[in-house]
Amino acid sequence: MELQRSMVDGSVCMKDSAKSEISSERTLYPYVTGTSIIGMKYKDGVILASDTAGSYGSTLRYKSVERIKQVGDHTLIGASGEISDFQEIMRYLDELILYDKMWDDGNSLGPKEVHNYLNRIMYNRRNKFNPLWNSLVLGGVKKGQKYLGTVNMIGTHYEDDHLATGFGNHLARPILRSEWREDLTFEEAVKLIEKCLLVLLYRDRSSINKFQIAKITDEGTTIFPPYALKTFWGFSHFQNPSKGAAGTW
Amino acid sequence: MFRNQYDTDVTTWSPAGRLFQVEYAMEAVKQGSAAVGLRSKTHAVLGAVNKAASDLASHQRKLFRADQHVGVAIAGLTADGRVLSRFLRNECINHSFVYESPLPVSRLVVQLADKAQVCTQRSWKRPFGVGLLVAGLDETGAHLYYNCPSGNYFEYQAFAIGSRSQAAKTFLERRFQEYDTYSREDLIKDALFAIKETLQGEKLTAQLCTVAIVGEGEAFHIIDQQTIQEYIDAMELSTGGPDEEAAAAAPPSAETQEGGEGASSEPAPMDI
Repeated sequence: MELQRSMVDGSVCMKDSAKSEISSERTLYPYVTGTSIIGMKYKDGVILASDTAGSYGSTLRYKSVERIKQVGDHTLIGASGEISDFQEIMRYLDELILYDKMWDDGNSLGPKEVHNYLNRIMYNRRNKFNPLWNSLVLGGVKKGQKYLGTVNMIGTHYEDDHLATGFGNHLARPILRSEWREDLTFEEAVKLIEKCLLVLLYRDRSSINKFQIAKITDEGTTIFPPYALKTFWGFSHFQNPSKGAAGTW
Repeated sequence: MFRNQYDTDVTTWSPAGRLFQVEYAMEAVKQGSAAVGLRSKTHAVLGAVNKAASDLASHQRKLFRADQHVGVAIAGLTADGRVLSRFLRNECINHSFVYESPLPVSRLVVQLADKAQVCTQRSWKRPFGVGLLVAGLDETGAHLYYNCPSGNYFEYQAFAIGSRSQAAKTFLERRFQEYDTYSREDLIKDALFAIKETLQGEKLTAQLCTVAIVGEGEAFHIIDQQTIQEYIDAMELSTGGPDEEAAAAAPPSAETQEGGEGASSEPAPMDI
């Protein structure tokens, strides 16, 4: 795997000898997938959250998948979509950070640079009809500057104060739009994130009750161990579900 | 340096462990007209003397912008300098394209140095005959580097290259220790004074020199002639420091100039 610059238009892409040209090497559909990622900026930095599920279609196959990882000193990345493609992305990013560290010159790649690099990869892969089937959230802090961005398998990328992938866009973002503030403390931010995670747990079939929260500040990164949220199912509407239609389940 | 039997190929070592072709390339830098560079913590300034081949011709460009945050001054074979400037621009823009972020100056000069080194280790190539003063700003502050045809590069607080650069270096050696905290204006004034030192008595005007600056909140750009002339006029009006030295230097250099003119106005002796 090496980074190659195209002679034609100067675009950068990963080239894997001759294989990418053969059509049998295209990604057609994902197999083991992760569901939503939620990310938001808070007072001291950025928080990312996700569950730890790896679904195999409609089966909740793997229950301890770490979908949020650290990239260098300044960045966190969370991925939804094909888990094996996320692992491949981590290989690219770890290599990128390694070469950056090898310069050993006081300069380092920040979240913005990593995001753009990743966007180049995602977009180039999509143009070859062989995408990395992921939606990713990148968050980080460098020299006090907070950064939160997203990129997906078709190469769409943007930044915002709070972001989500997949179902999170529909279920979590409306909550964040009304309740997010610039100056949330870490505790307040976690409470808000948990509110979103709970909605996703109730309403997203591919989510499980095992969550991971990660935070990144100028001081460093912490990926917390997984934990569960308290759920409540005693709603009156859930009692006697077949009352209105006999024979339903 | 004299001709010897080890100086034909760049890939031939001398018994003393020297590569003469590389050293000859560095001589070419010394033949070019002078270029100076100096930097503070937040700004870096480049200056060059504009030498035209004749009164009929325009002068050669010596200052090139590689990106918003970095530029170079060249001395030596201008054609080689132009090609390397294009390389620098390419590296900068490629990095910006992939990372949406300016290429750190230290990494740019390493890439430039590695390119120069290749030409010192191929029998079918020759070393670049140009020295470059690279001035730029990145997240670690303002930087000034000198890139040699040998493939070496050094970081400097202030430096001068090209013909009669020793005079500029002597001036800069006296002042460089305060440069870190110098204001933008003082940096420009010192650059102009360093250029003046290389002129050996010729009057410094804005037509004779080019000055460029890059710094915090200021993209790399060449300062327009009118502003430069204002700096020069202000330098001559103000008292103390540079001007005392200028006053002391003026009489002896005026004498040497007259002596020179006297020699050339005499007709050349003819035997026939």
